[in-house]
Amino acid sequence: MTIRVYIPRDSSALSMGAEDVAIAMRRAVSDQDVDIVRNGSRGLYWLEPMVEVETPAGRVAYGPVQAKDVIGLIAQGLLQGKQNHRLSLGLTEDIPYLKRQQRLTFARAGIIDPVSLEAYKAMDGYQGLERALQMGDQAIVDEVKASGLRGRGGAAFPTGIKWQTVLDAEAKQKYIVCNADEGDSGTFADRLQMEADPFGLIEGMTIAGLAVGATQGYIYLREEYPHAHDILNEAIARATAQGYLGDNILQSGNGFHLDVRLGAKAYICGEETALLESLEGKRGMVRPKPPIPALEGLFGQPTVVNNVLSLSTVAIILAKGAGFYKGFGMGRSLGTMPFQLAGNIKYAGLVEVALGVTLKELLFDFGGGSLTGRPLRAVQVGGPLGTYLPESQWEVAMDYEAMTTLGAVLGHGGIVAFDDSVDMAEQARFSMAFCVEESCGKCTPCRIGSTRGVEVIDRIRANQDRENNLQLLEELCETMVDSSLCAMGGMTPFPVQSALKHFAEDFAKDPVKDYAN
Amino acid sequence: MLEYFDPRKDSHPAIDYGTPPSSRDLVPISELITLSIDGHDVQVPEGTSVMRAAVMAGIHIPKLCSTDSLEAFGSCRMCLVHIEGRRGYPASCTTPAEEGMQVRTHNDSLAKLRRNVMEMYISDHPLDCLTCAANGDCELQDMAGVVGLRHVRYGYEGNHHLGIEKDTSNPYFTFDSSKCIVCSRCVRACEETQGTFALTIFGRGFESRVSPGQNQDFVDSECVSCGACVQACPTATLTETSIIDKGQPDHSVITTCAYCGVGCAFKADMQGDQVVRMTPWKQGKANRGHSCVKGRFAFGYVTHSDRITTPMLRESIDQPWRKVSFEEAFEFAAKRIRGIQKQYGRTAVGGITSSRCTNEETYLVQKMVRAAFGNNNVDTCARVCHSPTGFGLKTTFGESAGTQTFDSVEKTDVMMVIGANPTDAHPVFASRLKKRLREGAKLIVVDPRTIDLVRSPHIKADYHLTLRPGTNVAFINAMAHVIVTEGLQADQFIAERCDVEAFEQWKTFISDVRHSPESTEQYTGISAAQMRGAARLFAQEGNGAIYYGLGVTEHSQGSSMVMGIANLAMLTGNIGREGVGVNPLRGQNNVQGSCDMGSFPHELPGYRHISSEAVRRVFEKAWHVTLDPEPGYRITNMLDAAVEGTYKGLYVQGEDIAQSDPNTRHVEEALRNIECLIVQDIFLNETAKFAHVFLPGSSFLEKNGTFTNAERRISPVRQVMAPLCGLVDWQVTLGLSKALGYEMAYNHPSDIMDEIASLTPTFANVSYERLEEEGSLQWPCNDDHPDGTPIMHVEQFTRGKGYFALTEYVPTEEKVTRRFPLLLTTGRILSQYNVGAQTRRTENSSWHAEDVLEIHPHDAEDRGINDGDIVAMVSRAGDTQLRAKVSSKMQPGVVYTTFHHPESGANVITTDNSDWATNCPEYKVTAVQVTKVTGTERVSQWQTQFAEFTKKQIALLNGSEGDEQ
Repeated sequence: MTIRVYIPRDSSALSMGAEDVAIAMRRAVSDQDVDIVRNGSRGLYWLEPMVEVETPAGRVAYGPVQAKDVIGLIAQGLLQGKQNHRLSLGLTEDIPYLKRQQRLTFARAGIIDPVSLEAYKAMDGYQGLERALQMGDQAIVDEVKASGLRGRGGAAFPTGIKWQTVLDAEAKQKYIVCNADEGDSGTFADRLQMEADPFGLIEGMTIAGLAVGATQGYIYLREEYPHAHDILNEAIARATAQGYLGDNILQSGNGFHLDVRLGAKAYICGEETALLESLEGKRGMVRPKPPIPALEGLFGQPTVVNNVLSLSTVAIILAKGAGFYKGFGMGRSLGTMPFQLAGNIKYAGLVEVALGVTLKELLFDFGGGSLTGRPLRAVQVGGPLGTYLPESQWEVAMDYEAMTTLGAVLGHGGIVAFDDSVDMAEQARFSMAFCVEESCGKCTPCRIGSTRGVEVIDRIRANQDRENNLQLLEELCETMVDSSLCAMGGMTPFPVQSALKHFAEDFAKDPVKDYAN
Repeated sequence: MLEYFDPRKDSHPAIDYGTPPSSRDLVPISELITLSIDGHDVQVPEGTSVMRAAVMAGIHIPKLCSTDSLEAFGSCRMCLVHIEGRRGYPASCTTPAEEGMQVRTHNDSLAKLRRNVMEMYISDHPLDCLTCAANGDCELQDMAGVVGLRHVRYGYEGNHHLGIEKDTSNPYFTFDSSKCIVCSRCVRACEETQGTFALTIFGRGFESRVSPGQNQDFVDSECVSCGACVQACPTATLTETSIIDKGQPDHSVITTCAYCGVGCAFKADMQGDQVVRMTPWKQGKANRGHSCVKGRFAFGYVTHSDRITTPMLRESIDQPWRKVSFEEAFEFAAKRIRGIQKQYGRTAVGGITSSRCTNEETYLVQKMVRAAFGNNNVDTCARVCHSPTGFGLKTTFGESAGTQTFDSVEKTDVMMVIGANPTDAHPVFASRLKKRLREGAKLIVVDPRTIDLVRSPHIKADYHLTLRPGTNVAFINAMAHVIVTEGLQADQFIAERCDVEAFEQWKTFISDVRHSPESTEQYTGISAAQMRGAARLFAQEGNGAIYYGLGVTEHSQGSSMVMGIANLAMLTGNIGREGVGVNPLRGQNNVQGSCDMGSFPHELPGYRHISSEAVRRVFEKAWHVTLDPEPGYRITNMLDAAVEGTYKGLYVQGEDIAQSDPNTRHVEEALRNIECLIVQDIFLNETAKFAHVFLPGSSFLEKNGTFTNAERRISPVRQVMAPLCGLVDWQVTLGLSKALGYEMAYNHPSDIMDEIASLTPTFANVSYERLEEEGSLQWPCNDDHPDGTPIMHVEQFTRGKGYFALTEYVPTEEKVTRRFPLLLTTGRILSQYNVGAQTRRTENSSWHAEDVLEIHPHDAEDRGINDGDIVAMVSRAGDTQLRAKVSSKMQPGVVYTTFHHPESGANVITTDNSDWATNCPEYKVTAVQVTKVTGTERVSQWQTQFAEFTKKQIALLNGSEGDEQ
């Protein structure tokens, strides 16, 4: 009987040596009936490359595996699923980090060969589309509205309401645009999804097309994701060949075409209007709103712009129903959120759980505390524009409303942890410096204000005219928040203000840092 | 009656409203929305920005990145306001006004925000206001004052851009990036207004800087020097070099450009009687605030040292010129003219009117010829450009003019551009056309060359039909054939508006298989599939407009082609409303006007035939003379008769036939035979080198009058400086006429216009008072059309029913042979104008210092020609030499050149073939051979003679005998 071995082709696994592991494995089992499947990652990054073997009891895992480990693993019965090697992890599904999650959007991630349509369909794939094809456009939009799904890219705008606007707009051509320009520091969920389960995204976009009457979709992918690019293109080609994309989807008479477009390494192109400019072949600069993209988006036509996770989640909502999805989460934050643990954290990886989990649970129950073993001191949630949360705030429930009450954002679900060796004045400076680099340069507060922000913080740290400069920094932050054109300039001050508020000692005249213990 | 809000009338030209009107259409007053700004109710059309609404209420919200010629951008963040019930501080430029909106434009927190943003700007800006070129004309300076910035707390030690070097590569303006506030107004002007996309913002974040191309110098970039960026710049970053040198103007005069037939309105910015700058006038209805490199910058010729400001005369052309008084010159000329008439007959003399001069001046010249010379030997340069337009449109529609306004293009869905190169020859209109194309209109280009319009930023022609030169009529017939045989014609329009009998006859004619794309493919070289596709697109895409140039008229079948175009427009129902029509792009500033003014030998002003006794009687009564009922000589007849020896006297005002007319050697022979050649011009042009009397002319800046552009728009030309020679052109004609014994009394050009109006029904209500009120007027302007006629043939055609003329394709006799295997076609380039007399005397020559021969790589390869080689070109008319430019914009078998430089001899090559109806020369088709010049002989025989003759004539001008040098 064929033995099936899984070795991920996910970028993170590859960066940890998965390709070498695969080569070594292929060589080692060349005389045996072994099928090596290149799956996506399950998102347990400290275990990558994680090799799995199918056994009658289920898949068992080994990790992190290096090429040099392969001979020994096989010698110790890897192909039979034996669990006596030091890298043995037992049944994959029983790994606590995974077991405690509620994987909906990521239900297939790491389990299947990402470009196998058969494997996708075997795990409920395209059930959402098939159901959607039986419904009218308005019914699909209603279903998404009822699910309570909000934009997972960061802005948390209700997806169904956005779709309704596009559905109601009259135009010869409408577009679905997937924002896959995942640029927030410490985030990787979009990439993981696209590399592990691209059909989920393709299905979601197809459903979106049906819902609003769009026949063309674009995935705007950041150039730094070459593996995702390959996988998406292969998946699109296969979906097209099988009639899931094209002029006549599943003989329904409805058409939907999908293309991938690459960005050019600009953080700002994750902002939806800058993304649209870039997609049109122009310099990625933010457009003022109104008009909103739902009415005048790509090439001036009504356009749905949704994040990878939002669109992928739509497939589950349509397959299982809005009621199923909104059974997760709390209040107005319904469903699950794929959190991404990164930074100084012991168990970095993807944690998809219902909205409402506390930050503390994520940091410690999942993340296992800091990687260095030192006490955690600050956590930045929601990317480089998110606020820094001090320990006193870690009991916060991770939902949109609770975070707002703290002046914080959930964003795209990125969580970056820092231990007590962090210099928060340096981190504040970094926020401004990041804006200096990544601002599109259009509006003045963002373009000039960020540079002045770096300079003022430098002066404060150098004890030059401290009081006046602190006052100036505060006013600068307010000016940027109140007058910037988009969230880039408008949120750059958040980390700065939170650092000033919660970690004032780091800005003190003679900051005392105790690294002794 | 419904009352309307007119966004173009209800706005003040001197005010910047910050954002453009939401639409240029009229809005019923009842549909306006009302909002409250600082407690004042204001009514605006839907879609108006809060900023514009505020300005309409007299409230000027601080702003830097917005200006009403560009779409709102929202980058400077100075115009933030507070709106009741809304979070934060929306930018007033990008926020549309809404019914019931309550806006506060000023409070303490807004004031603080604006001050803080301004503080950022000034932290990266030099503090040299007093010595800055924009001092007194700087919006940054103004806004810093408005927001009350007193202190820059960031200091000036931080990162900045103050050390960036100036880019002075462009001859007309300087780019000083150190003063740039990165508002992108220049970038947007280049995109939205001009459509060239030469500018961008380079870099990100703090390093975002305005950059031509990819960090290039201006002159090395795609920049076409239209000046839109300079116009849009709110600081000193982009400033006219003339302003840097001279300072800000002290007053301005609105006038009309004297270059092409677009007829742009300009503000001549003055210091005393010196023009320091020309800026496009926002209220100008032809250009709507836009300009090109010629009108905007190339005005230096007016005060060039080559200007001749004293009358001169000589007995024969190998004698030195003698400077004389005007009186002596007039007496001399009159005596000679009368002497010739006595010896050779009344019709041995004539005149040529100028399409460069004003309507009033042109009218006077033809009047003098008819009344004082006593014959109808008057013609104009339209003979050699758009005479087939006059004939063709008169025959089919009943009026010798284009049917539309330029604004009309904003409503066009599909445009067909035939034999025109608007981006070079009519650049300001090209920008408007490109804007509409970027909005999604379809484009069919019919041209043997790959002109820029075929593919330019964000524009791609749906069809580029690369027809063989000389096969226009076969092409237009095939278009019509497809539409008729596929049943795509506008039956209702034809039935209601056209002569149905003529249509039926034409329909039978055009349906014949000989006109099918499959049959004509062999002539035109256009594949049948392309042809059918283009015909279907034009017939079915909605409003279809045809724009054409000299590639249509300057052919042996020019008149047939114009009628074919008119047929196509009628066939598809594309006449009589906005967005459609037949649009001849006229070459010269007043070529429409010179035709209107009776410059043709067979027509009195208003296109009325000289043979009509009733018409003659009207003029005879007013002019107190008896008019000759027989049409006079056309230019070609004059030249032929001169060569024969029966035509001996010629008065040429502002026209250079020795350079511009075809078959130069024939023209030169004719001119040498003339015994009294009177040339009136601002320079000693090529024709003047054969003259006996030189009367100094005056430029458009030195006179009052009117020009009529391609849209029949009569626009005022206003004097900004005294004539350098003491008299303006119309006064000179008066002097000459008086010396001939025919005295005309006018005190001002307005008197002349009054006479024109009294004698010409289509001009009946035109007067200087009305022009002053309206800015400009489109004829017909009479009791039937008191405000003029923007769109013609709205209810019915001028001739009653539209007439479908039969247009059989007759191949030109000018065919390629083994001896002359290539076809030469001629045209224009952007920086030079016509014979180049003006533009060659400006910095424009830095872009085009010589005429070159463009040749396809295959033809070049066959002949061993490399880019930059000197080549000899020979036709049956003559030969010349010029530099080759190997270009894949050409199709194989076709070569191309311009005639902006006399020594190039482009017209030595062109032949005396001409249009069957109007004698318009066939400039666009000459069979030639091109060979690489290998020996030391680097110029043709003609060029050698030309150089020697020019040298001698310059010497004679300078008072010596020439030969002695």
